[in-house]
Amino acid sequence: MHFHKFEKIWLTFGIGALVLFLVILGYGAFYLGTHPQSHGLTIDPQNVEAHEAFKPENLGLTKVDEDRYIVNVVASAFNYDFGVDKEGNAVKHIEIPKGATVLFQVVTPDVIHGFNIAGTNVNMMVEPGYISSMEVEMNQPGEYTLLCNEYCGIGHHMMYTTVEVYE
Amino acid sequence: MALHNVVLPNEDSRQLLPIPKKEAKLYMSFMYVAFISLFIGGLMGLLQVLVRSGNFTLPFGIGYYQILTVHGVILALVLTTFFIIGFQFALMSKTVGMSDKQRNLSWLAFWIMTIGTIMTAITILLGKASVLYTFYAPLKAHPAFYIGLAFVIVGTWVAAFVNWRQLYLWKKKHPGEKSPLLAFMVTINMIMWFIASLGIAVAVLVQFIPWSLGYAETINVLVSRTLFWYFGHPLVYFWLLPAYMAWYAIIPKIIGGKLFSDSLARLSFVLFLFFSIPVGFHHQLTEPGIDPTWKFIQVVLTFMVIIPSLMTAFSLFATFEITGRRKGYGGLFGWFKHLPWKDVRFFAPFVGMLAFIPGGAGGIINASHQMNTLVHNTIWVTGHFHLTVATTVILTFFGITYWLIPHLTGRKLTKSVNRLGIIQTIVWGIGMLIMSGAMHIQGLLGGPRRSDYSEYGGTEQAVTWGAYQMAQAIGGTILFVGIILMVYIFIKLAFFSPKGDEEFPIAEEEENAEPTPMWMENWKLWVAITIALILFAYTIPFVDIIQNSPPGSVPFDWPIGNS
Amino acid sequence: MKQHGKTHTNVDKEPNLKGTLISVGVLGLFIIISWVAVFAIFLSR
Repeated sequence: MHFHKFEKIWLTFGIGALVLFLVILGYGAFYLGTHPQSHGLTIDPQNVEAHEAFKPENLGLTKVDEDRYIVNVVASAFNYDFGVDKEGNAVKHIEIPKGATVLFQVVTPDVIHGFNIAGTNVNMMVEPGYISSMEVEMNQPGEYTLLCNEYCGIGHHMMYTTVEVYE
Repeated sequence: MALHNVVLPNEDSRQLLPIPKKEAKLYMSFMYVAFISLFIGGLMGLLQVLVRSGNFTLPFGIGYYQILTVHGVILALVLTTFFIIGFQFALMSKTVGMSDKQRNLSWLAFWIMTIGTIMTAITILLGKASVLYTFYAPLKAHPAFYIGLAFVIVGTWVAAFVNWRQLYLWKKKHPGEKSPLLAFMVTINMIMWFIASLGIAVAVLVQFIPWSLGYAETINVLVSRTLFWYFGHPLVYFWLLPAYMAWYAIIPKIIGGKLFSDSLARLSFVLFLFFSIPVGFHHQLTEPGIDPTWKFIQVVLTFMVIIPSLMTAFSLFATFEITGRRKGYGGLFGWFKHLPWKDVRFFAPFVGMLAFIPGGAGGIINASHQMNTLVHNTIWVTGHFHLTVATTVILTFFGITYWLIPHLTGRKLTKSVNRLGIIQTIVWGIGMLIMSGAMHIQGLLGGPRRSDYSEYGGTEQAVTWGAYQMAQAIGGTILFVGIILMVYIFIKLAFFSPKGDEEFPIAEEEENAEPTPMWMENWKLWVAITIALILFAYTIPFVDIIQNSPPGSVPFDWPIGNS
Repeated sequence: MKQHGKTHTNVDKEPNLKGTLISVGVLGLFIIISWVAVFAIFLSR
């Protein structure tokens, strides 16, 4: 089989670029730990409250340390449950100081959902039986839309809340 | 390279065979279903972009997700599959021939696929299966939806068996000869399709049907998704390879040239067979239950499948340049200026090729492991596959339609239809540039895919997305004009064009072409390597998924409006 | 041996594909630029 001289040049260049992409991605993933979320932690989808983090009183934003927060969420059709505020109303908005490290932990008791803080790298599939989790530093102030980006039923597009990162 | 094994084909086997009337009827039946699907699916697409513009509400209580399901199923599964199976049958018939028995079996394939399609379509239209074309568990559709899909797949298997039998019989009659290039390519595509669709068949038959009928209480969600995407990525190559068949083996003839290289074309198809399947995890990168190391391994394998496309790009430019230079057009790009721009059989697929440049670049971005979190399930992805399947593949299929339909119906592609086809292609290109471009940008800004119109509580981000959704409505409307034009052209070519003899263009090799090595025909080895790669990529993570399974999921039908 | 010689002459008579090389080069640059641009957005978020 014969390859034209220029085709050899092209394939070397093309494959070289692909290898370079992979090296960059592999370095980030394996050395800097920027793998997409994949913890493999399981949970009984019919009884998520049995898990400490998803007991009703532990939902929503919790400050664990200076500039360290945990956000526990139960995503169900068609709502994100962040728990209730002091007056007993459902929380629909959370505020995080700029530069804080936030661990998001999300589960679903029913169908598959998405968990995407639009415009950030917080983007996870939420599947029944698994705890989706991701730790990020919120560095850019602003108001973000947190929305479901995996089809979950007729109210899918009404499943959202807001996240504010303040200075 | 065992060159001494090479046997030059005798004159007889290079001959193209005529397509008898009885067969033409069969192939046209596939085309009728394909173009009816194009119209229905396109109409649904128009409704979607209008709804998402925020200025239009669906009448009669029709749900957005219902029309979205129709759009996905009928275009991604029905239109593509019927066109491809019909086109591939025609290629086989032309190059290796079809017996009466094979024709009867092919009709069987057609009817199984059609019955399945009708079952699925009715279930969706009754609003009982608004689960989108990916039907992710534990959303539960009416069982008829899954049973219909199973029929479609089984029908394609019958077609695959017929195709393999066609080549087998030809090879027995022509011992020691290489198989005709197009027959080789069809066989590769159907082997890939068969191995891949086993995954979805297992998911549907073993998991979804018993579960939706109530015989199984729960379903293993991650297993079903993994089986779906084991099938879902080769599915897109099942769409793309017939377009590549036309690019490699038909376009050179249309532009008045020869094959660039028979062996390199075959090599790229063999590579597609190897690397199309063991890559499904790149659709599951943001899922919680799969080991990230195995995700990365499949990302590497995904990058391998880019290589045959790099080869194809070179091969196409080289075909154009060699042909142009031979015609006497010198300079660095004289050959490019003098391509037959006014021949729609070339122009439509060419615009498809152009779309594959951003389409392919976007695909590399999507598959880039952690970078996937930037675009996953945003409307960027929708923009991406509207470039690849809805431009590259479909414009090439339209390019095929312009000569295949009149060839089958004994008519001519007239000058006026040719001109209309050029206009159709331009309309499509402009519409898609606007729609897909807006989708890509909105996706980078975080806008979600698969979503009915929503203001998301009036956030600033959602307001920005609104402008891009308006642009998509404009692009989508232009595309619908393109669909009307194409359906008109199809009807014209099928029933009203003047009688005549339209050429079935198949390119020949150069007189002094380097012989294709016979090891290319080592089918058993190709299948063995394919299976080995699949076992390598999937065994350990799949066992891991099963061993660490959470409790299964009961069916949910109320979220899609059933109960 | 005769076959081998024939292959050789084919190599000597390689067609002029300068335009092709430039075209695929542009295509390759487009891929790299797109990838790097999106990767930059990924890093900035």
